[in-house]
Order: sequence, then structure tokens, then C-alpha cells
Amino acid sequence: MILAAENLTVPGRLAGVTAALQPGTLTAICGPNGAGKTTLLRALAGLQSGPITLGDQPLSAIPARTRAQAIGYLPQHGEAAWNLTAKALVRLGRLPHRTSAAEDEAACHAALAALDLLDLAQRPIHTLSGGERARVLLARVLAGSPRWILADEPLASLDLAHTRTLLQHLRRLADQGVGVIVVVHSLAHAMNHAGRALVLHEGRLAADGLPETALSADVLERVWGVTSEWIGPPGARALSL
Amino acid sequence: MTRPVPLLLAALALAVPLSLLAGQVWINPLDPNLPGAIPILFELRAPRAVLALVIGAGLGAGGSAMQGYLRNPLADPGLFGIAPMAALGAVLSFATGLTLALPLFALIGAAAAMAGLGLIAAGNARSTALFTLAGLMLASLAGALTSLMISLAPNPFALSEIVTWLMGSLADRSWNDVAIAAPPTALGLFALSRAGSALDALTLGEDTARSLGFSPQRLLWLMVLGIGLVVGAGVAVAGIIGFVGLMVPHLVRPFTDQRPSSLLAPSALGGALLLLISDCLCRILPLSGGELRLGIALSLIGAPFFLHLLLRLRSEIA
Repeated sequence: MILAAENLTVPGRLAGVTAALQPGTLTAICGPNGAGKTTLLRALAGLQSGPITLGDQPLSAIPARTRAQAIGYLPQHGEAAWNLTAKALVRLGRLPHRTSAAEDEAACHAALAALDLLDLAQRPIHTLSGGERARVLLARVLAGSPRWILADEPLASLDLAHTRTLLQHLRRLADQGVGVIVVVHSLAHAMNHAGRALVLHEGRLAADGLPETALSADVLERVWGVTSEWIGPPGARALSL
Repeated sequence: MTRPVPLLLAALALAVPLSLLAGQVWINPLDPNLPGAIPILFELRAPRAVLALVIGAGLGAGGSAMQGYLRNPLADPGLFGIAPMAALGAVLSFATGLTLALPLFALIGAAAAMAGLGLIAAGNARSTALFTLAGLMLASLAGALTSLMISLAPNPFALSEIVTWLMGSLADRSWNDVAIAAPPTALGLFALSRAGSALDALTLGEDTARSLGFSPQRLLWLMVLGIGLVVGAGVAVAGIIGFVGLMVPHLVRPFTDQRPSSLLAPSALGGALLLLISDCLCRILPLSGGELRLGIALSLIGAPFFLHLLLRLRSEIA
């Protein structure tokens, strides 16, 4: 089921963005600060009004609970107002589902295991480090078993090992048919792990396609204003500035 | 984890009979021949105990819901306009001489606050922030108008009545007062219970709650309705009783998993227990010139508690 934006315009933030996103692909949204990445992701998640469709239905016409079961959204600045345990927080991801306690438990366990959090499951969230907390918040999204995962900078506070674990897990989910859309600042991660890259610049879509073309040195110079060169083999490329 | 609900139910099962026996006249259950025991029990103490349970449950649950909604452990239903507006309604009934309609005036005041809060905050993506600001504005306005009413009181008796009533008390309340307070409180508690899952989702922020399928508008109206009814009903029959909604959620939170929904029932039971015990102590404390007013007693306990919370938060932030 395709998630698509058709001429999406949000005054002052996005100007006529059109993109049809395929399930089974890890799509990276890239762009400089203020380019409209978060606005686009929020719109795709149904949090910002606009011409978004899921399959053949406008997103706004889909009941909220059904939409929540289909699309899992991780905001840029995740928060947890109360000092829940990691497991209780992850369980909030099951709220849109009316499933048995055993199913909820199994989904939470799988999400915690996927992000290497089983040892921290009973720890209060406020006692975790920033990176651990970020993983718990992402596990909450995974626990909902959504068909689309929309994550705004999920790698921002992760260490090297957990960045790799998370990227591998997101790619695995994409291989299983889940649509994964992540906002990332690291162009190397987008180049090496994404199947598609959308580059936003001043609210417009500056490039869209395979990372090799959408993140070419020309695009980087035009959008970020930096002269750079990709070095290394495919799948392990680094950006030389 | 200790399960707070059975413990609180057991405490209530112990406290309710004791509260019926305690007072200026102590009733010995083994001495059934005490003159006037039956009227004291059934006409004076039983309605008072039931009112304490009803109002305490409403204020406790209202406090936990308010803290969950605003994601702020210092939130209290009394701080956000509904209680002051209900009090303003009641004071208007004194000023106009329509004291028989006092509960109705108080409920109308609470309803006006609910409508104001709902209309100002509805339709906005940041409804909790607007709710807070609108509530503070209403509380300030109601406070000023109440002071104006007091200063314009037609005679010293009316002035004395207003000031005494504002102090909050359950003394001399009857089954009629129970009949006035219980239905709106029950309806308010029902509305708050329907908000539990949405409050849990709101733990993760408004955007995430919406992405989990919860409507901020529906939640806002449930809060306005639920808190408006429980607070309005309490003020209508007992005056201003503060701090229950602040203290009780804090006292029971460590015994729950901290989800706002898991706090509602223990807070209701804890509020009922706190108000019952406080009212009982007010009744038996030797005080020349009548009994200690319940509102004053709870403020005397609540203000240091609030300060303790502030200091704890400060040390956590540091």
C-alpha cells in the first residue's frame, strides 16, 4: 500500500512536494536544517493536514485508530512525562490495538529484543542514558507492528554499535515489506543503508531517487553548498569533504 | 509492586465505621442505649462521611487526571479556574440572597469555567498549553470577582456567611447535599475513566498521542467535563477544599506503574480516605469557637506538602 504526498504545500515550510513512497523500502529524507523534513514526515504520519493518501484513500478519511495501527511515528524530540519502566513505555505502542495481553506481551518482548533492551526492560525510563531512552522510544513504535514506520532522526543520540544494530533492523523490516521512512542527517547512513533518498531544500523536493543519484556530489553542492566526494566501495561509502 | 487498590479499600473499610463513631459525642457501638445515637449516626455523621467519600474521590481522581493531562506533577484542579469559578457562583448566590440555590449557582460557575476552558483550548494542536493559560486566567478573574463580591457584601452577616463558606467544610451537611453532589461526581468520574488510555498516550507528548489514534479534542472535552463535574459538585456543597487533588496522586503514584490510567482508581480511593480522615480529625480536635474548617486544615497540610514537592523537583532538576 503506497503512502503518497501529492503537491503537498504547508505555508512557509513545504512547497508542492510530490512523492509516492513504496512499502518494502527504507527511504531516507535528507536536507539542511529548516528544509521541511520534519514537516513532511508529520504530514505523512497524518499529523499535519495535507493531500496525503494511503493506498487509494485520503489519510484524513481513515479512522484514527486504523491509521495508528498502520503508521508508527517517532517524533524528533521524544519525551516521557512520567517515570515508567522501559517495558511499560514500550507497551504504550500497543494502545491502538485491541489484542490479547499475550499478543501485546509478545510484541513488546520482540521490540525490546530487536533493540537490545531486554536487560533494561524493568529500569525506570528517567534512569536511562539519552541513547538508551531513544532506543526505548523507538521500541515503542516497533511494538505497534505498524506497516509503516516514520522516524524523525532516530539515530541522533545512538552510539556506533546501536546505530548499526538499528539500521540493520530497519533494513530487515523493509525487506519484510514494512515501509520505513527515516529523517537522517548522516548522508553516509542514507547512502549506505537506504533504498531511496528524498532531498529537501527550502521546502521543495530537490532530488528523489536511488541514493547514488539523489545524493550525488552535484546535489550536495547545490543543496548544502559544500564541495564533497564519495569515497569507498558501495555499501561502505564515506563522504570526503 | 504493591497493589494500592485493595489496600485502600481495606483502609476505607476500617476508616468509615470509625469515622461514624468519632466526634464531639463518641459513640460506643457496644452501648446501644446512648441517647440520640441513632439520629447522630444516620442524620449527622453518615451523610457527612458519604460526602467526604464522594467529594474526596472526585478531587483525588480529578487531580490525577489533571496531572496526567498537563504532564505536570504540580497540577491541581483548583489551580485552573474551575473551583474558583464555582466558588464565584456560590458567592453570587449569597450576594443576591438566593442562598437556597447555592449549589446550582456553584455548578453554573463550574460549567461556565468548563465551557470557557473548552472553547479557548479546543481546535488547537497545543491544547494542553492553552488549557493551562486559560485556566490561570479564569482563576485570576474569578478570584478578583469573588473579592469584589465580598467587598460589596450587603451586610456583615452576608460577609460573614461568604467568608465562612469559602473556607470549606462538611459540617452540618445532610442527605440532600449528598443527593446534589453524588450524581455529578459519578458522571465526572465516568468521564475521567474514559480518558485513561488517552492520558497514557499523552505521556509521550501530544504528537505521539495523536499518532497513536487519540483525538486531543475528545480528550480535552472529557477532561473539561470530568474535572468540571467533580470539582463543581464538591464546591457546590462543601466550599473550597484544596490540595486533595495535588497530594493524593503523589502519595499513591509510587505504588503504581506511573501510567496516568493506573493512577485514577487509587487516587479516587486515596482522596476519599484523606477527606474522610481529615474531616474526622477536624470534628474531634478541641478548638474553642467551633470545629476547624476542613478547607483550612487541608491547606495547612497541603501548602508544606507543595513546598516539599517543589524542593524535591528542584533537587531532581539540579
